[in-house]
Amino acid sequence: MAATYQITAGFMPLFDSAVLVAAGEMGFAAREGIELTLHRETSWANIRDRIAIGHFHLAHMLGPMPLACNLGLTPLASETIVPFSLGLGGNCVTVSNAVWAGMAAHGAVPDLDPARAGAALRALIRERAGAGRDPLRFAVVHPHSGHNYELRYWLAACGIDPTQDIEIVIVPPPFMADALAAGRIDGYCVGEPWNSASVAAGTGHIVTVKALLWRNSPEKVVGVRKAWAEENPDALAALLRALHHSARWCQDAANHAELAALMAQPGFLGLPPAVQMPILTGSLSLGGGAERSIDDFFVPFDKAANFPWKSHALWFYTQMVRWGHVAHTPQNLAIARDCYRPDLYRLALKPQGVALPGANAKVEGALKAATPVGSAGASLVLGPDGFFDGQIFDPDEIDAYIAGQKSARAEA
Amino acid sequence: MLPPIPHCTIPSHRQNTGMVRSSLAVLVIDENRIRASIIEAGLREAGHERVTVIHDVTGIARRIAEIEPDVIVIDLENPNRDMLENMFQLSRAVKRPIAMFVDRSDQASIEAAVDAGVSAYVVDGLRQERVKPILDMAVSRFNAFSRMARELEEARSELESRKVIDRAKGILMKSRGLSEEAAYTLLRKTAMNQNRKISDIAQSLVTAAGLLGPSEDE
Repeated sequence: MAATYQITAGFMPLFDSAVLVAAGEMGFAAREGIELTLHRETSWANIRDRIAIGHFHLAHMLGPMPLACNLGLTPLASETIVPFSLGLGGNCVTVSNAVWAGMAAHGAVPDLDPARAGAALRALIRERAGAGRDPLRFAVVHPHSGHNYELRYWLAACGIDPTQDIEIVIVPPPFMADALAAGRIDGYCVGEPWNSASVAAGTGHIVTVKALLWRNSPEKVVGVRKAWAEENPDALAALLRALHHSARWCQDAANHAELAALMAQPGFLGLPPAVQMPILTGSLSLGGGAERSIDDFFVPFDKAANFPWKSHALWFYTQMVRWGHVAHTPQNLAIARDCYRPDLYRLALKPQGVALPGANAKVEGALKAATPVGSAGASLVLGPDGFFDGQIFDPDEIDAYIAGQKSARAEA
Repeated sequence: MLPPIPHCTIPSHRQNTGMVRSSLAVLVIDENRIRASIIEAGLREAGHERVTVIHDVTGIARRIAEIEPDVIVIDLENPNRDMLENMFQLSRAVKRPIAMFVDRSDQASIEAAVDAGVSAYVVDGLRQERVKPILDMAVSRFNAFSRMARELEEARSELESRKVIDRAKGILMKSRGLSEEAAYTLLRKTAMNQNRKISDIAQSLVTAAGLLGPSEDE
């Protein structure tokens, strides 16, 4: 039978493209009448350009990227919306052996605790500054990325000014481990498997993880060209159904070996399946023989992981404001508020009896434990969703939150 | 309505009016040395004297500070594009703001560039008519290179097929005592019956012969 819908999507060779890849490769898209063509790309800039000129209908994107497009922060962009999130968590912060030794001398232990690791890093940075040494250089994958914003959030909360006390540069994920080994950078924040890669090579230590900085927090999303979404509502709904089933399949531990083998293929990640198991199990080697198991390390489906929370988009917006990427104006806030589209998620999945949250935004950091929430006739568990420093982000109090984080930065 | 692009509206640091016809400094960043030299040659033929080619982006901030390029041409396969874009906007080494070559009225030109696999960045304030010929040149040379690479690949695979068919013929001639012509006819007939390519049948035969034991063909 010929497919009803032809959809073309771009992705970057990162593990968190798995839900999109599996939708195409494991038959979930075909079952919804979709012929899904996947194109592997080499940079986020290429993904942005190909969406803008209409080569791709949608793509695997960094969570803040569609916001950056709509806010006019990128050279070439078309209006992009987010009707589906590809998962929560999955990133780590890794430092060189030398930085780890310096942090250990200031009290760091391999337990991934963000506050303790941050205090040790701060002490090391002060010591280096006192000795007149160059600032440490950290890398992230893109300026408008969850990695950049969570690294900065962690540092700032620990009294390190990421704009003064360290340097932040951009390095593509597959080059992170090599750059660290060669001494071109001192640390980085990136998704797996590029942290475990440095640990396995004996050239780095994982010091903390995204799941501990902000539990169950947003990472990659499906960014859709808005014009296409508006002209093809049925195709979009079919795609969201396919992604939903794919995400559930990816979450199930019984499928992890098959998923790892799929992602190992040269057309996707092209890395051995064993390298992909830490992100699926949450059991990480931290370096120096230390092991740690992290709850909710990467969540592709559970905890309403695919729901495009407006509070997630708005938190990214607060960080864009915080670090001078965009001015806080009513117009920009409105653009940020309209970018993630839980209404489209609901429209596609409610008829399927999928458990849906009652609201489109939540107070981030309010859930201290996993909490069952009443939803449309099905059970759903959310959270915990706390920031490591105990801060609360209430999207209804966004002005106060932005004002508060500015003063926090000044004190740092 | 599309949002404005902030860094395209930053006033130029340079007084373009006073130096209209001076030649532009063009930087080509391409890991593919052959393609880079094809573009370089094209630009020189078109009268651009100040062309620099970089294959490896290590230390590129310093090079950009030295060269002060007016136009930067980058291949889209370059995985460092995100790093480079960020650097164009932020680095202290880049004295003049550099924006992507983008003119919304010229969607066809952008599409042609992305289709060809190339992108260009220009210093802010440079007039489009000065840059367009450079981009057009890069696009046509990228396309020519792709065509050449495709033809080369086709020739290579043609040669490979011919080699494997020769080996399969040899196996049939030896094991079944056929003439060369009869061996080829058998391969062709089998391929037609199975609706497969003759080189695929030949490859299967060579593989099977290898598995079934030592032969002269090994």
